Amino acid sequence: MSALKVEHLSKIYPALNGQGQAVQALENVSLEVNKNEFVSILGHSGCGKTTLLNLIAGFEVPTAGRIECAGKEVKEPGADRSMVFQDYALFPWLTVRDNIAFGLSIKGIDSATIKKDVEHFAALVGLSAFIESYPHQLSGGMRQRVSIARALAVDPTVLLMDEPFAALDAQNRSMMQKEMIRILAEESKTVVLVTHSIEESINLSDVIIVMTRRPGRVKKVIRVPEPRRMVEDTPSYLEVRKQIRDLISDEHDLSEVS
Amino acid sequence: MPFFHSVKQLRRLILLLILLAGWEFASRYILDKTQATLLPPPSGVLNGAIELGFSGELWKHIRDSLAREFIAFCYASVAIPLGIVMGCFKWVNEQVDPIIEILRPIPPIAWIPLSILWFGVGNTQNQFIIFLGIFFPILLNTIDAVKNIEPNLIRAARCLGARGWNVITRVVLRAALPQIVTGIRIGLGVGWMALVAAELVGANSGLGFLINDARTVLRTDYILDGMLAIGLIGLTLDRLIRYAAKKFMPWSRALNA
Repeated sequence: MSALKVEHLSKIYPALNGQGQAVQALENVSLEVNKNEFVSILGHSGCGKTTLLNLIAGFEVPTAGRIECAGKEVKEPGADRSMVFQDYALFPWLTVRDNIAFGLSIKGIDSATIKKDVEHFAALVGLSAFIESYPHQLSGGMRQRVSIARALAVDPTVLLMDEPFAALDAQNRSMMQKEMIRILAEESKTVVLVTHSIEESINLSDVIIVMTRRPGRVKKVIRVPEPRRMVEDTPSYLEVRKQIRDLISDEHDLSEVS
Repeated sequence: MPFFHSVKQLRRLILLLILLAGWEFASRYILDKTQATLLPPPSGVLNGAIELGFSGELWKHIRDSLAREFIAFCYASVAIPLGIVMGCFKWVNEQVDPIIEILRPIPPIAWIPLSILWFGVGNTQNQFIIFLGIFFPILLNTIDAVKNIEPNLIRAARCLGARGWNVITRVVLRAALPQIVTGIRIGLGVGWMALVAAELVGANSGLGFLINDARTVLRTDYILDGMLAIGLIGLTLDRLIRYAAKKFMPWSRALNA
């Protein structure tokens, strides 16, 4: 049984108040994610990749098609598909500890276990020293780590990541990618990442799904030769990158003013 | 250096002290007896305050006014759950909002005649007027706070397993709290103003009563004492809430700007 199955998914946004056009964000998207696979969804802005992630998360409902997570149909958000957001979405009134504990306390787990788990995940993302701090006292990179720890703490079937490092500067972004690799080496997880960075997808993924522009369809599914061990500027890296670049620039219609 | 800091602070009082000295001089030596009754010197005002303080009268009036403000606030805090429900559920907002928009523009003071007919003169009538003053700022700020919650906070909670009631108590309420507190602060201020008006016409204790009662016996010094007390307490309430907000919600940029 695959961790995540998307079958013939379509999403159409109706015209607002009868004005303008209906927008088809996704058209007949199908994909399958196996356990502990890291899948990146890559494409230009407007290609529907965030819509796809929102549908998987259960924040929106498909117009057509079906999503299954660990065999169960997805109808609403749940801790089996926790998400890491681009703007962190940490609860500012809670400490790092309580943020990470949030999902666990909802489940009704006893406080001794929660304490143990929270400390484990805080250590996993390297923030043990800041466990009593508040988000507003932390830098962007640190906040994102809390966000990752919080999403991992609920033991999701699939970890969803919506351009999680896009708000970080280049150095931090690169560091967080390495951190992500380290974290996944310690605790394997099925991950679906949405990104517009080709390099990021090559650095992190087993599988890269390249989307067309709107209406978003799966253009190509690419298997990364050495997942999470790709080294920049090596021939194999450059080859994959060129392949993806060509696919994407195909989709870049310069005559379109948007 | 501390010495220089306090010298700088003292510098700001120069004009004030000059005006006070001028007032003292004018009231004592320039105004005739009748006029001096209408504007007693600062020293007279101070004396009056000491009299009121020692006789216990001042504290009694302050206590009664504060008690009314507090009780009215307890009732007015129903605006918080109402505001949350209105902010969360569009259909509730749709229905209740027209009613609010008709009632809100009517100043609490304008309700005084009707409230006297309804409740007679006394504590209940006072508290009703004050309630009207406190209620609307809290309600509006609560609705606004709920509507402006960062949507990803709600989504984050839901994808961590929170549903329905949990989302409201654990996220909506907490996220809206800083602005709700701002609404409380503003509401208490408006309520305090309404309190003075209500007590002017419909009470036999309290600071509003004090200043009107002092007028009838031409104790202008008591009037000024009462006015200063009203201003000082209003200011203190405001500062107290600001301080508490900063202390208990240090993450809020809105409260700590």
